[in-house]
Amino acid sequence: MTHADPNLYDYWPYAGRPKIRWPGDKKLAFWIAPNIEYYEFQPPPNPKRQPWPRGNPDIQGYTQRAWGNTVGHWRLMELLDKYDMRGSISLSIGLVDHHPEIIEACAARKWEFFSHGIYNTRFSYGMTPEQERAVLEDSIRTVERATGERIRGYLAPALTHTESTLDLIAEHDFWYTCDLFQDDQPQPIKTKTGQLVSMPYSLEVNDVITYSVMGYTPEQYTDILKRHFDQLLEEGEESGTVMCIPLHAYLVSQPHRLRIFEEALKHISEHADDVWITTGQEIAKYFRENYWEQSIADIQTRGVTTGGTGFAPSR
Amino acid sequence: MPLPDNYLKYSHRKYGFDHDHFAWTPDTKRAPLQLKSGAKAAAFIVVPLEFFPLNPPAEPFKHPGAMKTPYPDLRHYTTRDYGNRIGVYRILKVLNEFGIKATFAVNAEIAKRYPPLVDAISNAGHEIAAHGVSTAHIHHEALSEQQETALISECRSIFPDATTWMSPARNESYRTPRIIAELGFKTLLDWEADQRPLPFKTESGNLTCLPLMHELSDFKLMVDNRQQADDWADQILEAAEFHIADHERSGAQCFGFTLTPYVVGQPFRIRALRRVIEGIARLDGLEVATAQQIPTMFKE
Repeated sequence: MTHADPNLYDYWPYAGRPKIRWPGDKKLAFWIAPNIEYYEFQPPPNPKRQPWPRGNPDIQGYTQRAWGNTVGHWRLMELLDKYDMRGSISLSIGLVDHHPEIIEACAARKWEFFSHGIYNTRFSYGMTPEQERAVLEDSIRTVERATGERIRGYLAPALTHTESTLDLIAEHDFWYTCDLFQDDQPQPIKTKTGQLVSMPYSLEVNDVITYSVMGYTPEQYTDILKRHFDQLLEEGEESGTVMCIPLHAYLVSQPHRLRIFEEALKHISEHADDVWITTGQEIAKYFRENYWEQSIADIQTRGVTTGGTGFAPSR
Repeated sequence: MPLPDNYLKYSHRKYGFDHDHFAWTPDTKRAPLQLKSGAKAAAFIVVPLEFFPLNPPAEPFKHPGAMKTPYPDLRHYTTRDYGNRIGVYRILKVLNEFGIKATFAVNAEIAKRYPPLVDAISNAGHEIAAHGVSTAHIHHEALSEQQETALISECRSIFPDATTWMSPARNESYRTPRIIAELGFKTLLDWEADQRPLPFKTESGNLTCLPLMHELSDFKLMVDNRQQADDWADQILEAAEFHIADHERSGAQCFGFTLTPYVVGQPFRIRALRRVIEGIARLDGLEVATAQQIPTMFKE
């Protein structure tokens, strides 16, 4: 049986929400999420989705991503250094074994790691809860072994989910999910256990969407990022907003794009007085500690609460 | 197998249209209309508020905004829901800033699920139009009369005062206009066959159709055609200016365009949205009104 409504969160009108202020009295929490992914050369089939659109092997798709790992990430790391920005890495956990140098370079920069599944060619569709648990435990263990850090965020591989995904990450004491796109502010998720925050991540300003799906030029993407930022900063005056730029080095670090993309980072860093430039995990922690209760109370007062938990409605 | 002989029989081949809903009145062969206010053109804005279930039916076709990846497609569910939670409030704010009233075409499912949203729209003085039950309830010929009447009756009971109707995905069966007329709707936004209010006959009474321009749809221009927000804005403003300039030739005309909350309500599109709303609010000779008001604004 399928559900019409995931029931993962309650309706919460944007107008009139209680004030959120980020640390340092900032209006906008900004984070940047480089996806550091590994796509397999010979991935197994999944009943719901072909790993490669052209079938195995997909030389063009595979090598473009290999280029991203060999060349692209290194350029992007240095660019973020220049603006003193730490990345929150959406990590294909398998990459820890394939390319440890990338992990070392990111860890040395105190970047955050969160799980984006084992490979971006292994989808959640059809997994049992035990199989999904194995992915989560592998993720936690592998990053801890490599960096000593406990991961707290999740973005399902290739944005593929089961009805259990969010309950399982909450059960494993993850603090935030990047899988939902319903808001520009964090919101409590209705999981069976835990305290899971829906973290604004964004597909609309994600470089896969803008470059690959929409076919925007580098200049158009930079213009969109600046406008997006300006609007969310203005609204952050009323109640603190979140903006994320999700990136993929195999796209944004292309020689014809990177310097034009840099203009967007420059624009954002020029507003540092009003902007908390941080990581996904720090936003989730701050929200859980300071605004979790306030948000639930406001949703109960002005929103629509339906009870139950994700994929388990109360009715 | 060859086609039957009657494939080359054309039973509706005659002067005028091949249906009886309205007469054939070519633009230059009819008297120009004028607006009571003396304005040269009229515009209306339609804001669709739609519910996109995680498990949409494939029949008769998938709604253009429906889920795209395998179940559960949380990605598209939440992207659409963003419009009803966040984007629509940005639209309301900009409309309010320039004193513009719009027609919010609301799925019955949205009214049931999100009462605070419907209240916010009503309290701001906008028109609420019925927009079918949800995007999973597209009207089409394979529905029985009883099934289709049930869908429209549900909307009627949820929106007792609505006089404007827009079908989900603007799709109809041959029966739809007759049933909505039976249930007391007066204005229909599915047919864009003219540039002026179009008197439309059904067996159960008359309707007025208004030209909601598909070619100006924000979803079509910015999602399907992948244009930038400023290019979309330029085209809306050009349409408005065209009609003012065309007044001398064709009299007062009207046009409508959509503001889809999950499309134009994105933060990076708000600057262009403000340019559109400010532009039409300040354009000399343009009267902006709701779909309900437009037919009454023209002189007989």
